[in-house]
Amino acid sequence: MPVKKRVEMNKLPIEERKNSFNEVALGLTEEQAIEEAKRCLQCPNHPCVSGCPVNVDIPKFIKKIVEKDFLGAYRIIKEKDAIPAITGRVCPQEVQCEAKCTLQRIKEPIAIGALERFIADWAIKEGVIKEEVTRAPSNGIKIAVVGSGPAGITVAADLAKLGYEVTMFEALHKPGGVLVYGIPEFRLPKRIVEYEINYLKDLGVDIKTNTVIGRTYTIKELFQSGFRAVFIGTGAGMPKFLGIPGETLVNIYTANEFLTRVNLMKAYLFPKYDTPIKIGRKVAVIGGGNVAMDAARTAIRLKAEEVYIVYRRTEEEMPARRDEVINAKEEGVKFQLLTQPIRFVGDKENKLIGIECLRMQLGEPDESGRRRPIPIKGSEFIFEVDSAIIAIGCHPNPLIAKTTPEIKVNEEGCIIVDEECRSSMKGVYAAGDIILGEATVIEAMGTGRIASTTIHKDIKNGKI
Amino acid sequence: MPQKNQILAKRELAPRIIEIEVYNPDIASKVKAGQFIVIRVGEECERIPLTIADWNSKDGTITIVFQEVGVSTYKLGKLNVGETIMDVVGPLGNPSEIDRFGTVVCIGGGVGIPAIYPITRELKNAGNKIISIIGARSKNLLIYEDKMMNVSDELRITTDDGSKGRKGFVSDELRDLLKSGLKVDRVITVGPAIMMKVCAEVTKPYNIKTIASLNPIMVCGMGMCAACRVEVNGKTRFVCFEGPEFDAHKVNFDILLMRLNAYKSEEQMALKIYLEGRSE
Repeated sequence: MPVKKRVEMNKLPIEERKNSFNEVALGLTEEQAIEEAKRCLQCPNHPCVSGCPVNVDIPKFIKKIVEKDFLGAYRIIKEKDAIPAITGRVCPQEVQCEAKCTLQRIKEPIAIGALERFIADWAIKEGVIKEEVTRAPSNGIKIAVVGSGPAGITVAADLAKLGYEVTMFEALHKPGGVLVYGIPEFRLPKRIVEYEINYLKDLGVDIKTNTVIGRTYTIKELFQSGFRAVFIGTGAGMPKFLGIPGETLVNIYTANEFLTRVNLMKAYLFPKYDTPIKIGRKVAVIGGGNVAMDAARTAIRLKAEEVYIVYRRTEEEMPARRDEVINAKEEGVKFQLLTQPIRFVGDKENKLIGIECLRMQLGEPDESGRRRPIPIKGSEFIFEVDSAIIAIGCHPNPLIAKTTPEIKVNEEGCIIVDEECRSSMKGVYAAGDIILGEATVIEAMGTGRIASTTIHKDIKNGKI
Repeated sequence: MPQKNQILAKRELAPRIIEIEVYNPDIASKVKAGQFIVIRVGEECERIPLTIADWNSKDGTITIVFQEVGVSTYKLGKLNVGETIMDVVGPLGNPSEIDRFGTVVCIGGGVGIPAIYPITRELKNAGNKIISIIGARSKNLLIYEDKMMNVSDELRITTDDGSKGRKGFVSDELRDLLKSGLKVDRVITVGPAIMMKVCAEVTKPYNIKTIASLNPIMVCGMGMCAACRVEVNGKTRFVCFEGPEFDAHKVNFDILLMRLNAYKSEEQMALKIYLEGRSE
């Protein structure tokens, strides 16, 4: 019997996408979800689960969908994943669970991400989230979670369920970390993030915004005020620069600034909202990852006439998810490949007017396994643009390490932890991008799960 | 007990220059001279950085001085005693370097005077001889004169129009001071970028260590967005996280000045809309 084709989510029409920040992927209908769930082979060795950093019991929840027991499916997912409406949207399933799916062999893996999202959205729509909150009676032990991104959310949820008194500290005015300042509305609606954050509040997690650990309180002060353990999930948020002349010119943004202005400060609603953004007519986004795609697609929505991804290798080597590259292209983003910026060019008012670039060719693979870009001699040219967005990645946030010398970091600035996420300072644990460098939402959550397990274990064993 | 971020006192120091006292014990118990906060007045407002002019750790209050220049500061100015600021985060930035340097010239211009005040006080307490130079466009815009007097061995005043003190700029007074042959060990300057630029030019030939507390446009205030980056000694530096104080002789003030003006037209448009909406 031939295997049925994978069911794909419907997307918003392209014209509507270019003109609004509404979510692009529309999710599966109930019929679509059941049809897709029925394709699952229910492999006894469930290879998909090993592809999931938080080990969601994927075949089991899919079976529940076939049985139309959506609440049952929700409970199974939620056992391992505190924020399924988010991971269902932003996980790179194609290199994780779906890559391990037996049906991947015929290039028709189960749409696991879409099914997860379907269940999570169903739970939000039916309002079952609040009823599903179950936590052990309080054990009175206070835990500090620093950072409210994916790693911190996982640790806070895990430990709150076990009865710990969790306080979560966030430096910005809204909790969610990269989920609120970084990932745009059209990929992850902020109301979804709010729902998931509210689940933490329902679990009794006390969320303190506007609190910068390292400045407002130090780690030592947290211990002095009665916290038994401190978890650090402050992420990688300090933008990298190219290190080329002209980076401080006007109308050059880091992706973080650009996306923070638009997502967190709602600059796309200026002047109703006070934070402005300047986009210009022609925009270059430098980089080839998911953040670069987010920035480019945001620029399209801000009505830039021409938006280019400037990337030094070819499309094949781009770290961005394939879907995001397709979305960007559909929306009119152009690709200026094999191009390396070497200098930003400003006018006499120090405003950006162009980027001097070199053309590249691909050589042998480098340590990342991708073919190394090699400059072509004498190929310099000026790429004329009105604004540029630098999206080449971020360093780990340095503030805590800087203010707490007991916490050791490596040369990249990542907090050094043992295999169970213990840092070099007693009682301090870390996970997510602050130990990984730059990883995905779900990888951050996976290490967060290790950290929460260790914290619980160390407390039970009287180690801290 | 007051609420967190509640305004406990408010005074108009000069036309459009307002001083408020805000209840925030966490910040009040932590702040050191030279640090700042980032605030968001309400849901639709920008995040803006403001230097902490004074604090009382016992009462849990911090003092902020600001000038109503854009929509955000106008909205802040509209808040009355008893009302609260939606978001206040801090203290941010590195504290000012306080040591016994010898003779220190402390320069403040406009709303930079309240910003230099706690730095001057700490330098005075550390045993330095303090010569302060403060300046404003006009006599009625000169603020914190008494406070600066209390923490200085000598206070010099300039106004652009000559309505008080010397007619001219703080940099003119600084130039004459150095010409007189006085041995100065350190100069620290807070105020408009152009003022700090000129002060740095004045001290350069004398090779006097000169510190400027920079005031770029900022969004996050914690090293995440890089909106506040400046070029110092040819390198990209974050004012919020690595500053706000830098060696003034190494700062590229021309780029800072341009970046400060990056949103001029948007700011003016937003203010016009805001003021029109208010008068309806």
